[in-house]
Amino acid sequence: MDEVRVLSPTAILGYGYPAESLEEGMSRKPDVIAVDGGSTDGGPYYLGIEPGGGGGGQASAFLEFLARDMGPLLEAAVRADVPLVVGSAGFAGADLHLMGALSVLYRHAAEKKLNFKLATIHAEVDKEYVKKKIRAGQVEPLGPVPELTEAEVDKTTRIVAQMGVEPFVRALEGGAQVVIAGRANDPSMFSALPLMRGFDQGLAMHMAKILECGAIAASPGSGSDAMLGTLRNDHFLLEPMAKERRCTTLSVAAHSLYEKSDPTKLFGPGGWVDLSDVRFEQSDERTVKVSGSRYEKAPKYELKIEGSKKIGYRTIAVCGIRDPAAIAHVDELIASAREAVARQYPDLDPETHRLFFHVYGRNGVMGALEPSTHVPHEICLLLEVVAPNEGIATTVCGFARSLILHHGFDGRISTAGNIAAPFSPLDIPAGPVFEFNVYHLVAEEDPHALFPIDFADV
Amino acid sequence: MTTRKLRDIASVVRSKNAGPFELTFDVMFDDVEIYEKVKSSGVFTSELFQRLYRVEPHRVLSVHCFDPALSFKATIARSISSGTAGDSDVFGAQQHAPLLDVEVPWN
Repeated sequence: MDEVRVLSPTAILGYGYPAESLEEGMSRKPDVIAVDGGSTDGGPYYLGIEPGGGGGGQASAFLEFLARDMGPLLEAAVRADVPLVVGSAGFAGADLHLMGALSVLYRHAAEKKLNFKLATIHAEVDKEYVKKKIRAGQVEPLGPVPELTEAEVDKTTRIVAQMGVEPFVRALEGGAQVVIAGRANDPSMFSALPLMRGFDQGLAMHMAKILECGAIAASPGSGSDAMLGTLRNDHFLLEPMAKERRCTTLSVAAHSLYEKSDPTKLFGPGGWVDLSDVRFEQSDERTVKVSGSRYEKAPKYELKIEGSKKIGYRTIAVCGIRDPAAIAHVDELIASAREAVARQYPDLDPETHRLFFHVYGRNGVMGALEPSTHVPHEICLLLEVVAPNEGIATTVCGFARSLILHHGFDGRISTAGNIAAPFSPLDIPAGPVFEFNVYHLVAEEDPHALFPIDFADV
Repeated sequence: MTTRKLRDIASVVRSKNAGPFELTFDVMFDDVEIYEKVKSSGVFTSELFQRLYRVEPHRVLSVHCFDPALSFKATIARSISSGTAGDSDVFGAQQHAPLLDVEVPWN
C-alpha cells in the first residue's frame, strides 16, 4: 500500500522522550523524523532575550535540554538514511535561537563523526520589510491585537515570521538530510515530505498538526513522548510509540481543538484545513484512523509575524500570610504599600514603574476573572515590580515588601510581622520583562521571500 | 427540574492560550447522548462566558460546537497578553475552573 510514515519523537525538541520510544519508532522505518522546536506558548521572553541583556541563563539551560534530545535523533536519522526536519529551532526561531541549535548540532556531528547535507532556513524578518508592508496596507492584526505601527516595530527586539511548508520542501528537494529551520507554522516540518510525495494536502496538514505535539494526543497524553503518523491516500493513522499509551477517538478529536479558536479550521500560510466532515475511528486498540480533512486555499497568501519588546525589569517578593486578621486586611496592606511607594518615590512615572499584587489563595491565578469569594486559612501575596532598570525594581519591591511586613491595621494583635518570607534574599530580581507587540498577518505573494536557505556539508 | 454539573458529565474541561492574546475553553464529552443533551440545553452561549468570567460581550470572541469531537469551544480576549507585566497565567491553562460547576438542565 502506498503510504508515508512520519515519526514525531517529542512535542518540543528539548522536552525529552524515552529512548525506547525512539527505538520503537525507528523500527517502523519512518520516511522522515520531524520535530517542533518551539512555541510562543512560553510567553514573550524567549523571543525577546538579548545576549548579555540579563536572564540569559534561561536560554542556555534550554540549549542543554535541546542538546540532550538532538544527539540520538541525529544519529538515528543519519544511520537510517532518512531526513531529520526541525522547525522553530531553539524555541523562538529567530537567528539567535537558530545559531544556538546549530552549535548543538555541529557539536554532536563532530562527536559522533556524522556526515550529512544540512539546510538552515532563516525566519527572522527585517524590520524595514515590516514597515514597508505597513505603509502598503498589507499588515493586519491577528485577533484582539492593536494595529501595528512603525513605532511599535522599532520597539521590538526582533521579529520572526512563521514559514509555511514551501521552504522545507525546497530544502529537502535541494538534497538536505538535516533541516534546521527558524520559526515555522507547526505542521510545516511534518507535512513537507508527504506533500513532496503527492499525498493529499488536507490529510497531510491535519496529521502534521496532531503530530507536532508528540504524544499529547494519546491517552495518557505526554509532550515528552513519540507518536507515529502513517498517511495513506484517503486517511491517516496515529499510534503512540510507548506501549502504555493509546490513541482513542476522543484523545485525537480533543487535540483537533487544542490551542486554537475555531474547531473546524486549521489555519496556516496560504490556506486552512476544513475539519467539518472529519471522521475519527478506532482502528485497533492503540491506533486511530482519521479521514475527511479537506484543504482549502486562501484567496491570498499571508504569513504570521511575531515580535516581542522589552518593557523593563522585574523584581518579585513572595510573602506568605497565615494570620487571619492580616488575611482579612490584605486589601488594606496592599493599598498602604501603594500609597507609601507613591509618597516615597513621587518622581517615578506610573506608566513605566508598575506594582502588581497577586493574591494567591484568593484570585492569584485568575485575577479579575475569578468568581469565587472564598477566604482561605493562608494566602500568598506575590509582589511584582516592573521598572526601567533592575536597581529601581528591586528598591521599590523591597520598600513595598517591608511596608507590608510592618503595617499596623486596626485590631492587630500579632505585631511582629505580617508576612512569612520563604527566602533570603527577600526580593528576587527576575530579569527583563517582554511583551508580545507583533502578532499580525502580513500579505506576501512569495512563500520563500522571507526564508533564505543555506546549504552546507557537515 | 434536576441539573447536572459539567464536572460530573464532561470528559474534558480545559482552558489554554490560542495565541498570546486569546484564551480558549474546551468542554468535551465521551458519550454522544450526553453531548446532544447538553447541546440541546443551549447552555453554551456567549452570555454564559460573559457571566462566568464577568467580561463584556465584545470580549467573548466565539462560541462553537464541534460534533466530530462531541465538544464545545469558546474563546475570549485576554485583558493582559501572555507573559507580560501583571499576567498570572502564561499558558492560560488554569482559567477553566468556573466551568466545572456550570449546571446543565437534565430532564
